[in-house]
Amino acid sequence: MNKDLRKILAFPYIIWMIGFTIIPLSLIFIYGLTTRDGSFTFANVLSIFTRDHFKALMLSIALSIISTIICLIMAFPLALTLKGKKLNKGSLIVFIFILPMWMNFLLRTLAWLSLLEKNGIINTVLKFMHLPGLNIINTPAAIILGMVYNYLPFMVLPIYNVLEKIDDNTINAARDLGANTLQTIIKVIIPLSIPGIVSGITMVFVPALTTFVISNILGGSKVLLIGNVIEQEFTKGSNWNLGSGLSLIMMIFILISMAFIAKYDKDGEGMSV
Amino acid sequence: MKRRFLSIMTIAGLLSVTALSGCGNKGGATGNAGELYVYNWGEYIDESVIEDFQKETGIKVVYDMFETNEEMYPILEAGGVVYDVVCPSDYMIEKMIQNNMLAEIDFNNVPNIKNIDPKYMEVAKSFDPENKYAAPYTWGTVGILYNTSMIDDEITSWGDLWNPKYQGNILMQDSVRDAFMVGEKLLGYSINTTDKAELEKVKEKLIEQKPLVQAYVVDQVRDKMIGGEAAIGVIYSGEMLYVQNEVAKSGEDFELKYVIPKEGTNVWMDAWVIPKNAKNKENAEKWIDFLNRPEIAKKNFEYITYPTPNKAAYDLLDKELQENTALFPTDDMLKNSEVFKYLGDEGDGIYNDLWKEVKGK
Repeated sequence: MNKDLRKILAFPYIIWMIGFTIIPLSLIFIYGLTTRDGSFTFANVLSIFTRDHFKALMLSIALSIISTIICLIMAFPLALTLKGKKLNKGSLIVFIFILPMWMNFLLRTLAWLSLLEKNGIINTVLKFMHLPGLNIINTPAAIILGMVYNYLPFMVLPIYNVLEKIDDNTINAARDLGANTLQTIIKVIIPLSIPGIVSGITMVFVPALTTFVISNILGGSKVLLIGNVIEQEFTKGSNWNLGSGLSLIMMIFILISMAFIAKYDKDGEGMSV
Repeated sequence: MKRRFLSIMTIAGLLSVTALSGCGNKGGATGNAGELYVYNWGEYIDESVIEDFQKETGIKVVYDMFETNEEMYPILEAGGVVYDVVCPSDYMIEKMIQNNMLAEIDFNNVPNIKNIDPKYMEVAKSFDPENKYAAPYTWGTVGILYNTSMIDDEITSWGDLWNPKYQGNILMQDSVRDAFMVGEKLLGYSINTTDKAELEKVKEKLIEQKPLVQAYVVDQVRDKMIGGEAAIGVIYSGEMLYVQNEVAKSGEDFELKYVIPKEGTNVWMDAWVIPKNAKNKENAEKWIDFLNRPEIAKKNFEYITYPTPNKAAYDLLDKELQENTALFPTDDMLKNSEVFKYLGDEGDGIYNDLWKEVKGK
């Protein structure tokens, strides 16, 4: 392929990226770093340190960390099992696992609302069996459940992908040299799957940190996360400047995660050579 | 002051709308004589009315929807999208007038404005002092809806929303001014106060209520009340008929009753206005005139169930509806009530910050 053709082929995507990434991002920067009158300020960004915003940020971080840990604890053994079964990508179990992702994220979250409600499906069944009801709707626990449910596949898939690429001979070699199953996992499989784990962690942590829909629907708007604060500034406060300023803080977290991925992916390549 | 919509869909749509307005992709373009850009609340019109209008006038209607006044305002202000006719609420119209964003309606082109009950033109004067900019579309009150099989007492006061007996069964509005209005009326303040000491007390009151509240909701209040999920909630009078009909249809054996609390409430009004930069002002006036025809206003009312200020349409209604004082309250029932005023950016800021404190507790 010659150079000119390559340039032409890249053209549609460049237009797309300018229109839907670069311009919107610049607008967020412009709004975030100006006042309503248009003069330059850092006040919007620094307002993250006001008590309510900081509290919301800390709560978001806490809930995201808990969700990420739960996802990791569930995803790693699952990915390991899937690998052990020698399944290929088209297999039924992987298919079933990905299936819910084809449904809209909002619908899935709304479905949890009707499951968890006081007179919802779960409680109706529990009541029918004369068991005590489950009262987690409108609490942080329901939000964590929503996060784990929605983002679990983003943890499983990268880990599964990495595990699948580990050569069986590597594991067999560990066994030959006298390692038991646990030692094989800790000393061989986990270090080799770090790139997948890191990308899984960021793919769960970042969206969980910025979500406002899950906390609105499953938290009954009683729990204020940083995503809710930003949403409120846009839809209820008519203060795009403050909303954008706080979004820039979120962007810092995203950049940190990207730096992590970049670092560990490079290591990953180095190890696999 | 319309809330009925899939708020989540709008939230999802918000990003795309924002992107469009930011880039100026949409509006500014084609403004020839045959078009009309309408910006209204979600599900706030009988859609066959739009079709009737298009058929009769040959004007092509481009119809967009918003969910909150606050979301609508910056979109108009940014000017990326140019709408010809918009339907905001009272205090937002006042803000738009103050910021010089509205064109005067030429009422010579809107003869049907005579159908609006003069009483409501008076109400409109609270935000449009000379009746120059706004044509009333709907009005109503904010009140308490409660489930008579879950609550035996008679509900008469906002204070009932602080009754520990109903813990976990109370729904509050997830909107700054509406939530604060409840506390302000209960404590005997004006719903337009910007007095910091008063607002602090209201904030404390709302924080005190928070453990009793099941959820802060916007439009989900309807589904939760219909499903018997909550016993008592704050709701707009325009939703009353809808939820009562739904309960009757579902065959459940409870009733939902709407009351205007004795401390008074917020009387709100949504009205059509024409932005200054509208490209099709005459079509916008035709639109307003069309909506004020008695039979069209009646048809529209029957669909959206928000009280109409159109006297001619009201006269066409069944007697039972006309005498429904929850929907069309008597002047006496409204004697302590007020209309929201625009509080200025600074006033809005105070409310927003206090609301975040309530939500963050």
